[in-house]
Amino acid sequence: MDKVAIVGCAQTKYEAEKIDLTISELVFEVVKKLHNELGITNDDVGCVITGSNDFNDGRTIANMAIQDAVGSVRKAESRVSGDGAFAYVYGAMRILSGEYDTVLVVSHSKCSEGDQFLINNSIFDPFYQRHLGLDQISSAGLMANMYMSKYGITEAQAANVVTKNRKNAINNPYAHLQNKVSIDDVLNSPMLAYPLKELDFPPYSDGAVAMLLTNEENAKKFTDTPVWLKGYASCTDAYYLGHRTMTDLIGLEYAAKEAFKMAEIKDPIKELDVAEVFEAFSVHELMIYEALGFCGKGEGGKFIESGETQIDGSIPVNPSGGVLSSNVAMANGLIRVAEIALQLMDKAEKRQISEANTGLAYGMNGICSQGNCVLIFGGE
Amino acid sequence: MPKNNVAIVGIGQTKFRSKRRDVNIPEMIYEAVKMALDDAQMEPKDIDAILIGNMDHFEGINFSEMWCGIDAAPGYLKPVVKIATGGTTGSSLGICGYYNIASGIYKKILVVGWEKLNEGGATTGIITAFDPVWERPSLAGALGPLALMANMYAAKYGITSEQAAKVTVKNRSNAANNPFAHLQMPNITLDYVMNSQMISYPLRLHDCCPQSEGACAVIYANEVEAKKVTDNPAWFKGVSTAHYYTFGTDDIMYNLPTATIASKKLYKKVGIKDPVKDLDVAEIYEPTSWSELSWTEALGFVELGGGGKLLDEGITQMSGELPVNPSGGVLSTNPIGATALVRFAEAAIQVMGRGGKRQVPDVETALGMGFGGSLWTELAILGKDPSPLR
Repeated sequence: MDKVAIVGCAQTKYEAEKIDLTISELVFEVVKKLHNELGITNDDVGCVITGSNDFNDGRTIANMAIQDAVGSVRKAESRVSGDGAFAYVYGAMRILSGEYDTVLVVSHSKCSEGDQFLINNSIFDPFYQRHLGLDQISSAGLMANMYMSKYGITEAQAANVVTKNRKNAINNPYAHLQNKVSIDDVLNSPMLAYPLKELDFPPYSDGAVAMLLTNEENAKKFTDTPVWLKGYASCTDAYYLGHRTMTDLIGLEYAAKEAFKMAEIKDPIKELDVAEVFEAFSVHELMIYEALGFCGKGEGGKFIESGETQIDGSIPVNPSGGVLSSNVAMANGLIRVAEIALQLMDKAEKRQISEANTGLAYGMNGICSQGNCVLIFGGE
Repeated sequence: MPKNNVAIVGIGQTKFRSKRRDVNIPEMIYEAVKMALDDAQMEPKDIDAILIGNMDHFEGINFSEMWCGIDAAPGYLKPVVKIATGGTTGSSLGICGYYNIASGIYKKILVVGWEKLNEGGATTGIITAFDPVWERPSLAGALGPLALMANMYAAKYGITSEQAAKVTVKNRSNAANNPFAHLQMPNITLDYVMNSQMISYPLRLHDCCPQSEGACAVIYANEVEAKKVTDNPAWFKGVSTAHYYTFGTDDIMYNLPTATIASKKLYKKVGIKDPVKDLDVAEIYEPTSWSELSWTEALGFVELGGGGKLLDEGITQMSGELPVNPSGGVLSTNPIGATALVRFAEAAIQVMGRGGKRQVPDVETALGMGFGGSLWTELAILGKDPSPLR
């Protein structure tokens, strides 16, 4: 594969309600920030790829609202209707085709402006699933229950994911929730969908993220520490929950295997320095460890208890605080990519993992890891 | 030329109609997908990735690709991505497909556009595309801005209702040669169009496109894989996109600046000096009869203001120098998520010589166009080889 680099990224502070900004003002803020940091203008951008979702924005052709904000007037812009990690992939394809020198990739969500139950219930087909009232919370409960029952994982084990990520977020100036929670806090929070409680779930956040991609010839013009794509794979699991193997993230497992193969990674824990994953709920992160091959099937609970995924462990997972600290819906996957880029550029400040040279970013589409995008990045 | 050349090796379309009561959404899409797979002599296992799109709001299904990409397309355990950009959805899918192959990331992909408009509300959806404070009160659906554009276009250049109506007559009689087209009217007359009900001045009912249900599926392959399938693929010579201000009303609306920008970029890349001479056929995205006249100017087929003259001189008729919309165009068939992909597919069909009764003789180079959003244009030029003309 030819080389494609991330040479800069910018994020907004993630908050519960950015009441003073429209969606286009929110996106403008992060794009302008990126332009300023890189010392570029619209003229330096070849084309723009955005990631957003009409239901989330409450607007058909949601990307219409942000044309001025991303600087795509008279230029090419195209919109991936899905998680921002997939927008990164499309942007990388435009560079790898040889037809563009620079591509701006932007993703946003303003969760405060939507009815999250309606938005998520609408993902389910109108014939069999929707009128059951399924949404991201109830389906997570179903998945967690099956996984934990099969493998004997406890609620306390899962709560470690929350305490870890919420503590990590304190080091992340962009994170929405920046306060510790204890295991007891998690276990005592209201039950939402057995066995998952309120603190097993993320908040809803407003925010946006932008990054600039370029090719090998131009990378050093922007930064001494470009971040190169080493491996990519995407895999989609079945749609109906009844067709899914709810105890394992099969789609993620397949995608991870292919991405590791492409990046020539044989031993993920040894060869990865850091991982940023889209953990939609606490138990989900344990299932992600298993699907990524960090530990064996059913060992996710033991693995988090081992401390290996803490920031001082052998494979830090979500030093940014993850989705459990900042849940920007469609932007979550692109934020994972941005956080890995910052780690590899040595720009992650208080959340920096020392000597981070190889990182994994995981973005997810749909419900409970139906759509999966695994990206491996390297600093060299 | 891109790092990897891109060919179209299989095409499927459903027979478009206003209501397909006999199929649900995945069943409808499957028809086109199966047709394309059979056309390319491929099985589901041969496809590396799926691009599938529609407008979520129109059928009220969020993340529709997670359902349809698995049930209707062979997306299980494969990459499935949705590209959705309004009227340009089909061409955005088509162009994303181009980059999927051109980048070398995938070798064979399936691109599907679809819409089942009578299971939802297109106009209700389109209203939400506009800014809730500044635009929504006055710009209702697609017809609002299109009527405004037609009115300004007529006033600026003296184009007449009759000239516009002739476009509908041309396209819907062309559609009679296209077995997939929704509105096939071999005996349509000018009076039929000009006597139809006024919808939004100056647009009459038959100056406007219908709402259609259906799907279009196209299989792309790189050079090595294309050779295994057919000696006669259609090759992409190039693609281009031009977007514009968020508020379409911020600039002129009496022609289509993005079509001029996108076509200039693409013609330069592909070595087209005189589009009427260098192109053999064009499938352009005309949501109204007036649009086709205006778009032919913006695409450089004739000078600004000359769209009516171009049509009157017969240049864009089936027998003319540059036939426009032998398929019947959008005026005959509009399944929104598929429509712009159908333009690329029909351009490919012409290049491959598979147009049957709608085939233009000796096609070597064909243009396909998508239009939508805040007045955006997307273009693709297809030909018998991937090289530029000059």
